[in-house]
Amino acid sequence: MAGNDQEYPKVVIREDECKGCGLCIVSCPENVLFEQKHLNRQGFHPAGYKGQGCTGCTFCFYQCPEPGAITVYKKGYVEEEVS
Amino acid sequence: MAKVLQKANSFYDIYERKSGMNKDITHYCPGCGHGVLHKLIAEAIDDFDIRDRTILISPVGCSVFAYYYFRVGNIQAAHGRAPAVATGIKRAMPHSIVISYQGDGDLAAIGGNNIMQAANRGEKITVFFVNNAIYGMTGGQMAPTTIVGQKTTTSPYGRKPENEGYPVRMCELISTLEAPLYVERVALGDPRHTNKVRRAVRRGLKNQIENKGFSFVEVLSVCPSGWKMTSEQAKDWLQEEMVKYFPLGVYKDESSKVETTEAKPHVFTIDNINENLSIPTRESASDKVEKKPQQQYRNPKLIIAGFGGQGVLMLGLGLAQAGMEAGYQVSWIPSYGPEMRGGTANCHVNLSTERIGSPTVSQPSLLIAMNAPSLDKFEKQVVKNGMILYNTSLIDKKPERSDIESVGIPATEIADELGNTRVANMVVLGAYIGLTGILDKKTLFQALPKFIKRNAMIPLNEKAIERGIEFVQK
Amino acid sequence: MAKQLIKGNEAVVKGAILAGCRFFFGYPITPASEIAEAAAFYMPRVGGTFLQAESEVASINMVYGAASGGVRVMTASSSPGISLKLEGISYCAGSELPMVLVDIMRGGPGLGNIAPAQADYNQIVKGGGHGNYKMPVLAPNSAQEMCDLTMQAFELADQYLNPAVVLADGFIGQMMEPVEFPRAVEKIPDKDWAIHTDLKDESRLISSIDLEPEMLEKHNLKLQKKYREIEANHVQYEDYKIDDAKIILIGYGVVSRVLYSAVDSLRQDGIKAGLIRPVSLWPFPKQHIADLALKSDAFLVVELSNGQMVDDVRLAINGVRPVHFYNRMGGMIPSPEEICQQVKKL
Ligand SMILES: Cc1ncc(C[n+]2csc(CCOP(=O)(O)OP(=O)(O)O)c2C)c(N)n1
Ligand code: SF4
Ligand code: SF4
Ligand code: SF4
Repeated sequence: MAGNDQEYPKVVIREDECKGCGLCIVSCPENVLFEQKHLNRQGFHPAGYKGQGCTGCTFCFYQCPEPGAITVYKKGYVEEEVS
Repeated sequence: MAKVLQKANSFYDIYERKSGMNKDITHYCPGCGHGVLHKLIAEAIDDFDIRDRTILISPVGCSVFAYYYFRVGNIQAAHGRAPAVATGIKRAMPHSIVISYQGDGDLAAIGGNNIMQAANRGEKITVFFVNNAIYGMTGGQMAPTTIVGQKTTTSPYGRKPENEGYPVRMCELISTLEAPLYVERVALGDPRHTNKVRRAVRRGLKNQIENKGFSFVEVLSVCPSGWKMTSEQAKDWLQEEMVKYFPLGVYKDESSKVETTEAKPHVFTIDNINENLSIPTRESASDKVEKKPQQQYRNPKLIIAGFGGQGVLMLGLGLAQAGMEAGYQVSWIPSYGPEMRGGTANCHVNLSTERIGSPTVSQPSLLIAMNAPSLDKFEKQVVKNGMILYNTSLIDKKPERSDIESVGIPATEIADELGNTRVANMVVLGAYIGLTGILDKKTLFQALPKFIKRNAMIPLNEKAIERGIEFVQK
Repeated sequence: MAKQLIKGNEAVVKGAILAGCRFFFGYPITPASEIAEAAAFYMPRVGGTFLQAESEVASINMVYGAASGGVRVMTASSSPGISLKLEGISYCAGSELPMVLVDIMRGGPGLGNIAPAQADYNQIVKGGGHGNYKMPVLAPNSAQEMCDLTMQAFELADQYLNPAVVLADGFIGQMMEPVEFPRAVEKIPDKDWAIHTDLKDESRLISSIDLEPEMLEKHNLKLQKKYREIEANHVQYEDYKIDDAKIILIGYGVVSRVLYSAVDSLRQDGIKAGLIRPVSLWPFPKQHIADLALKSDAFLVVELSNGQMVDDVRLAINGVRPVHFYNRMGGMIPSPEEICQQVKKL
C-alpha cells in the first residue's frame, strides 16, 4: 500500500474509489489536495495529493464519504503496524 | 491513536452484496453524509472491538443498503420500523450491540411512534438518526424535517407551515421522556463538527456496551442530490440554515448516573415448565362418567343467563369444571365484550358422554334464568320436554311454556340469608345437581377451588350449593 | 387424565411455550387479548419475554427482529390488527423468517364488532400482504387443537423457514374446553442462518430486498419450490361420516363443530350427510375434496364469511358436482338446525 520510499506523514488517495466531491480538498488546512484534470473510471475528476506538505491532520479522512478512498499515514507510522 | 487511518475492518473489503459493477465503492452520491457517518460508526466498532456482537438495522431510505458495507450482523427493516426490529432482536439477544440506523422520513414520519415508544421503553439500543431534511431515496420529496421554505419535489413552492406544519425536532421530543439515557444532536460539516459527530457516535455505542440505556444521536447531514447543490454548497447550507432550526448540543445525558453492567444472553430452559405453566401433571379427571342421571337429563345443553355480576359465567364454568372431572366431555362459551360490561351476560355449556359438536347452544335442554329479561329472551328456544330453572327472587312470573319442566328457586333470597347475594349462582347450581343428579356434590366441591380464585369464599359457596340441593329435594 | 379446563386463547400460549417459544410481542384486541394476557403472565415465569408493543405494526416488526436472532417467537391479534401486520408478515416471508401468528377473527369490515367471524380467510390464506408468498394456515376447532396446532405451527415454521398461522374464530378463542398438554419441546432446532454473535460467518444478513429483477425472480422461484413442498407434505383434514356420504358439508373452525351436529341429525332423518373439515387451509385439501366429489352428489360449504373458502372448494371440484354455499356474517353463527334446513332444501 504505502511505498517504502515515501516519507510520513502522507495521504494516499485511491483514485478509482474517489467520487470527486471535493470535500477533502476544501477541508485540507495545508492546501495539499487538488482536483485532478483526468477522469477516473466512474467519470469523476478524482482528488489528488500534491506529493508533499501533508501534516497527517486526518481532516480529509473524516470528511470523505467513501470508506476506502483516503488513507492517511501519520508521522511516526511504521509499516508493520498495518499488515 | 493509530498511526494510519484507513478503511475500517468493520467494512467489507469488497461489497459483494452490492448489485451491478464497482463493488469497491458505495452506492451513495458524491458528498453524501451517509458515507461519512458510516465511516465513523465502522471506526468505532473496530476500536471498541465489538464487531462480533454488533447487529445493524438498515432502514428504508438511501441507507437501506447499509448491509452491503458493514461486516456485522445485518437486518433490513421495513420503513420506519427499525426501532421495533431493534427491540425484537435486542430482547432476543441482550448481549448484542444493536444499532438502529434511520433517515428522517423513516424515523420521524412513518416510524414516528416506533422511535418514541422504543425511546420511552428505554430499549438498550443505539439510534443513529440521519436528518438530511429530505427524502433522498425516493427522489427529493419533503421530509418531516424539511425546513420552512425549503423546496422539494412535493413542496415545490417551499414548505409552508399552514399546509405542512413545522419541521419536527426529534431530539427535543425524545429528551422530554423519562427513559432515554443520552440524546444529542450533532452536525456534519467542517472537521471540528465532524469530530463532534465522531465523539457522539462513540458515546452512543459505549452506553450500550456498558448496558446503560437508550442512546439517540441525531446527525444533521447533507443530501447534495436531493438538495440540488454541490457538495460544498450543501455543507454550507447545512451549517447556515439547518443548524438554525435544529440547535446542536446534548439534550440529555444520564450516562454518568447509571452503573455499567453486563448484559446476559437469553438462556432457553424447560426447567419446571409444567409447574410454571400451571399445567396439572396428576390425574385430575376420570375417564368415564360413573353416575348417569335419568334419561331426560343426560347430555344437557345449557344456556345460563342473567345480569352481569350475577355470576352466570362462573356458574357455567363450575359446571364445566366439575363435569370434566366427573368424566364428561364439556364445553363452555361466554358471551363476551360490551354486553358483558353493560347489562346481560350468558354462557353456553355442554356436558356430554359423547363428542360435543356445536359448542354454541341454539336449542337448550336447560335454561337457567337468573333474571326476567333472560327468561323472556330464551324461553322460546328451550327444547320440548326441556327444563327451565329460574330465580324467583328476581322473576315474578312463571315460564309460559307448558311442554317443559320448570322449577323456581328463590336463589337470591337464599344467598342473602347466607350473607352474600353473589352466591345465588351456586344456589342454582346446587339446585340443578340436586334435581337431575348430573353430578354429585362431592365432585362439585372438589372442583370449587379450580374456578373460585379466593379460597376464603369456598365455604360460603359450598353452603350455597348445599342450600340449593336441599331446596329442591324438600 | 391430567386435563385442564382452559380457554382456547390460553391454550395457544401454553402450547407455544411448550413448543419452545419464549418471546411474545403483541397488542390488545378483543377477542384475542387473552393470548397477550396469558403470555404476559406465563412468559416471565419461563424465562421468556412478553412485550406489549405500541401497535400491531410494531409487534410484527419486533417479531421480525427476534426471529432474526433464531428464537421461537410469536404474535397474536384479531382481524383489524392482522390487517396492520400484513406488511411485516410479507417481510418475514420474504426474509424466510420462522414465526407464528395467531389470528382470532372477528366481524368486519372496518371496526365491525368483536363477535366471531371467518372473514380473514382471504387475507391470511391468499396472501393479504404484498408479494408472492404463502404461509401454512392451521384452523383449530377445539381448545385442544389451539394448543396442538400452535405447537405444530412452530415446527412447520422452523422446518420451512416461513411464517405459520393459526387461524381461529372468536368462539374457538373464547371457548373453554378440557385440554391435555403434551410434553415440552426440549430443544429448539439449531438455526445456523440466524444472526449469531461470532466472527466465523460474515454472511449474516436478514433481508428481503433484491434490486436485481433476475435475482428476485430466482428468490421467488426458490420460495415457490418451498411452497410446493409444503403443499405436497402438509395437507391436513378431518373426515366425519364420509364413507357413504351423498351430501358433503365443508367448514372449518367453529363451523365444523356445528356441522358435526348437523351431520348427526341429518343422518337421523335418513339423509346421508358427511363432513370434510380442512385443518390446513393452506395447503388446502383440494385433492381429497376432488377425490370425494365423484362419490357424492353435492357439496355445501358453510362459512362465517362472504364466500371465501368456497372458491377453493369450487376450484377443487372443478364443476363436476354442484357446490352450494351457506353463510352467516357479522358475528352470527348458524345453528345445526339451520344447516339441516339448508341441506333439505337442496
Ligand atoms: C411503507 C412504505 N412507504 C413508502 C416507501 C417508499 N420510501 C422509500 S424510502 C422513503 C423515504 C426515505 O427518506 P429518509 O428516511 O429521509 O431517508 P434518506 O433516503 O433521505 O436517507 C420512502 C417514502 C416504502 N419503501 N415503504
Ligand atoms: S491529512 Fe490533513 S494535511 Fe494531510 S492531506 Fe489530509 S487534510 Fe491535508
Ligand atoms: S472526499 Fe473522498 S470522494 Fe470526495 S473528492 Fe476527496 S477523496 Fe474523493
Ligand atoms: S440521495 Fe441524498 S441521501 Fe441519498 S445517497 Fe444521494 S446524497 Fe445521499
